[in-house]
Amino acid sequence: MSSDTVATALPKTRIPSNAEVLRTQRRERISLALRYLILGSVGLLMLYPLFWLLGASFKSNQEIFTTIWFLPRDLTQLLDFSAYYNGWMTRTEFTFATYFLNSFLIVIPRVIVTLISCTLVAYSFARFEYPGKKFLFSIMIGTMLLPPIVLRVPQYLMFKELGMIDTYWPLILPSAFAVDTFFTFLVVQFLRGTPRDMEEAAIIDGCNALQLLWHIVVPLLKPALISVALFQFIWTMNDFIGPLIYISTVEKYPVSLALKMSMDVSGEVEWANIIAISIVALLPSLTVFFLAQRYFIEGATSSGIKG
Amino acid sequence: MYESKRLGYLFVMPFILGILAFNLFPFAASFALSFTDYPLIGSPTYIGLENYEKMVFDDDLFWKSLTVTVSFALIVVPARLAVALFIAQVLNFKLRGINFFRAAYYLPTILGGSIAISVMWKFLFQQKGLVNIILDTVGIDPIPWLANERYAVWTIVALNTWQFGAAMVIFLAALQGVPKSLYEAAEIDGASFWQQFRSVTLPIITPVIFFNMIMQIVNCFQEFNAPYMITEGGPLYSTYFMAIYIYDEAFKYFNMGYASALSWVLFFLIVAIAGVLFWSSKYWVFYSGEKEKAR
Repeated sequence: MSSDTVATALPKTRIPSNAEVLRTQRRERISLALRYLILGSVGLLMLYPLFWLLGASFKSNQEIFTTIWFLPRDLTQLLDFSAYYNGWMTRTEFTFATYFLNSFLIVIPRVIVTLISCTLVAYSFARFEYPGKKFLFSIMIGTMLLPPIVLRVPQYLMFKELGMIDTYWPLILPSAFAVDTFFTFLVVQFLRGTPRDMEEAAIIDGCNALQLLWHIVVPLLKPALISVALFQFIWTMNDFIGPLIYISTVEKYPVSLALKMSMDVSGEVEWANIIAISIVALLPSLTVFFLAQRYFIEGATSSGIKG
Repeated sequence: MYESKRLGYLFVMPFILGILAFNLFPFAASFALSFTDYPLIGSPTYIGLENYEKMVFDDDLFWKSLTVTVSFALIVVPARLAVALFIAQVLNFKLRGINFFRAAYYLPTILGGSIAISVMWKFLFQQKGLVNIILDTVGIDPIPWLANERYAVWTIVALNTWQFGAAMVIFLAALQGVPKSLYEAAEIDGASFWQQFRSVTLPIITPVIFFNMIMQIVNCFQEFNAPYMITEGGPLYSTYFMAIYIYDEAFKYFNMGYASALSWVLFFLIVAIAGVLFWSSKYWVFYSGEKEKAR
């Protein structure tokens, strides 16, 4: 399809005439232009709403309701961050500083325990041999298809029994046991694809299992672990139903619940404030994505992670 | 060292404990609870199949939410896959800025599940939101997207189709793996672009289509955030997805037994559909793996 394949394919049969070469080149160029046109317009269609909302956070309600163009008519309004201020302060006794802090109190421990448990379990799956490994591995694959919704009720009852309702434990603890099987699977696949030479050398040199894991395997796994950390960060930031079920005190709300609350309290009237704070809520995930989008795409490609 | 069974078990131990405590035990418990009446206070009472009987014969809301969920999946899964494959096909070319486009298309998938996006989506489809402003400029009367039961579900469909990025990156990787020689051969035989796509590309990527289909179905049947946030299940239950019904029964009305029964029906539905797909796969999924196995 691409130009070099055509060029290498044809000489095997016969030398193309000048006219043919020109025709192929023209076709290539039209194809290229068409592709950019499609990519550009679909991209615009997909991302324009986000820009419009960004602009809307600087507009008055009156103007939001009437304009397609994303920038406010009076550009000096772009310097007016009052919607952001009002959204941040909320109409409750807590500001979004509290809610962001709460979110990070969930996200950061969860990412750390995910990384540790995934590495250990994936190491075992990818390198060791023992009876029952195949069985355990197929259970892991099976649970990827198990909808979490089936588990919600008993998990809730269990955490209630343990006195962990209205704490962050139910949101963090399972991850410490490698039950986010997508991530474990991703790391297993990655580790299987890496050669064992270095490890074998280290074993001969007398490394013990933990030294081996820490000094040889973890550095090898770095790209996969970064993908895991990033996905877990963003998914946990996005998580809504978890906190909705387990967290009931407003003071402990993470950002996602707080947004829902802001929306309920003032959403239908104060558009700009709610849009502004929603944009702020997306900033951590956006930043992480733009800094490391390569790892996301690679992670998603290699394991076929869901959206 | 890697022969040491003890170390192997030691490292896999967190998983064994975790899967028992947080997956398999709850899984079995949920099945058991589905035969009980359990209003959270007191202990569960065994009532046999009553929950399931009530659901099938006596619960219009169950049938409503089932219809909503199934028709939603029937629209969103093909839509997502089609858009994802189309864009992947367009991107599969020596393009400058391919990484930029790939990231831009993947962005909605990363953010789409968040409450912030749902909040913003709601504004887009408000009576005076961007969508109606655009319709207005091309001379179409504003549509009450969120207030009319005929349109509400389409706002959720749109949000979900918008998140085609995960399927797209997987498709793109698959397309890039199709051997060039096949296209060269097709080109020499004079196959048109469309013929090449149908006879070369599609058969080779069927395993990936199959994979994406399973993942998207599991995903779509559990849709919760967007309908909960944007339309709150309404109007007239037109966006009352199974996941919302289960949530309401369990955590609003504390009917733990009935909620468990509902979630098992949803689980069975997913398993049944996946099963049919697996069964059908031998007729349409093309595996070129035989050669690899022989090696």
